[in-house]
Amino acid sequence: MDVFALVTITVLAVFLGFEVVSKVSSTLHTPLMSEANAIHGIILLGAIMVAGQATEPLPLVLSVLAVFLATINIVGGFVVTDRMLVMFAAKPSRAGKKEVSK
Amino acid sequence: MKILNESVVLTGYLVAAILFILALKGLSSPRKARRANRLGATGAVIAIAAYVLGHDIRNGAWIALAVVAGAAIAVPAARRVHMTQMPQLVAAFNGVGGGAAALVAVVEFTHGADAWAGSVIAFTVFIGGLSLTGSFITFGKLQGIITSRAVVFPGLGVLLGVLTLAAIATAVAMVITGNLLYAAALLGIGLVIGVLFVLPIGGADVPIVISLLNAFTGLAVAGSGVMLSNVLLLIAGTLVGASGTILTISMATAMGRSVTGIVFGAFRRARKSGADAGTEDRPVRTVTPEDVAILLEYSSRIVIVPGYGLAVAQAHHAAAELAEHLTSRGADVVFGIHPVAGRMPGHMNVLLAEANVPYESLVEMDVVNGQFKSTDLVLVIGANDVVNPAAKSSPGSPIYGMPILNVSEANQVVFLKRSLNPGFAGIENELFYDPKVSIALGDAKATLTQLLAAVKAAV
Repeated sequence: MDVFALVTITVLAVFLGFEVVSKVSSTLHTPLMSEANAIHGIILLGAIMVAGQATEPLPLVLSVLAVFLATINIVGGFVVTDRMLVMFAAKPSRAGKKEVSK
Repeated sequence: MKILNESVVLTGYLVAAILFILALKGLSSPRKARRANRLGATGAVIAIAAYVLGHDIRNGAWIALAVVAGAAIAVPAARRVHMTQMPQLVAAFNGVGGGAAALVAVVEFTHGADAWAGSVIAFTVFIGGLSLTGSFITFGKLQGIITSRAVVFPGLGVLLGVLTLAAIATAVAMVITGNLLYAAALLGIGLVIGVLFVLPIGGADVPIVISLLNAFTGLAVAGSGVMLSNVLLLIAGTLVGASGTILTISMATAMGRSVTGIVFGAFRRARKSGADAGTEDRPVRTVTPEDVAILLEYSSRIVIVPGYGLAVAQAHHAAAELAEHLTSRGADVVFGIHPVAGRMPGHMNVLLAEANVPYESLVEMDVVNGQFKSTDLVLVIGANDVVNPAAKSSPGSPIYGMPILNVSEANQVVFLKRSLNPGFAGIENELFYDPKVSIALGDAKATLTQLLAAVKAAV
């Protein structure tokens, strides 16, 4: 990858990361962390890339192990985040006598 | 399979990157958040499908097997975990992600690398390894396998310094010689540093470490993106690294700490930690749940301050029911939530949301602190450190400087506590001896159940 393109992308992504997250209220920090955790699970793509090119036993074993670990990260991350968010999202539709004290 | 050409694959990455950004952005609203998470997952599926359909892939059976095995472990774990144990699960997921990044880097190194690529690989191996063991130690601390107190031994600081230098030397040797053994050694050093880095971090600071390690794994993934020339990994990793850093800083600020103070503070603090452990014989006013019910009768503005003890006792449902009942009789009830209540920032909100407390009743610390003066009764359930005035008054205390909920400004304060033992951070609470404070001892759930029965009986 061209170094300038690389630096440009990195710097823009840093700003974007700062910008996007600073608007999230502390109430949702746990799901946010969990979501970020799921997103870095995209290392699964990297693991598949190296596993798909492996020809010798050692790289194959290591990269298949990486695929396994990365899958736990990405699948678990998205599922657990969903579980948390269901609880937040369910609130407004949740009827009953309780009208919010405002 | 080589069905898609390269530009279609790259477009897939672009779509995935956009979806990841929307996923993080969507978390600013609780209503849209779930859809945002689905967008993120969709992005991941698109990216991986695009790659797989655009390239010839060897070892397809092995890869598929590993994916199925990974999913078979992750899905049940994620589905079944109690909300109270959420932080350690997130820590574990983060750790395996870091481990995967380190392994990918090691494998990439076997193909040979020039100085630039070698440096990036060394960085990824080291950070990924550190994140793996650091996260597992965090998991152990939260799960109670390892003591949550700061573990410090003499010479730890020196040892860490020596190891860091060794890591740098090994990285240099690895880049120059291209020898795989150096990469393995670097991974080993990273693993050891991960352990030593988290062990001295005690109690209340653990949540911040999860966030920091999350950012580290993000950086390792970004490093993988550079070495594999994959823009999506670079963008996703950098996004997580940057957002994780911001999150870490904002949490540390919420606790009145600096990130460096948390990471390196334990070394300085270690010497005097035994000093203020002297047990007190001063009287505290204890009350029964029935007494508390009567107090609640006469209170029209009530703030409930929940702590991790509430969650441990699985009493958040009972607390939610109590709040609902009191509200239905015309009292104004809100939950005052400290940003680091629970074991992870925002954790308490998740637990109360699970118990169907409306989002609007969850009031952040800054807002609720302005309301205590006009509050009749504060019910502190299973919380201690987040209301401990030592954070303001005693500079020697480990929690000194942490913003707290100023419950003592209210007319009456009732603690529901399992015992008079100090909290997670291990600090005595002066508030227990305040004349307007009373304490109902017992398991939070049992006490709340009795309290609820007494309140209902009083109708």
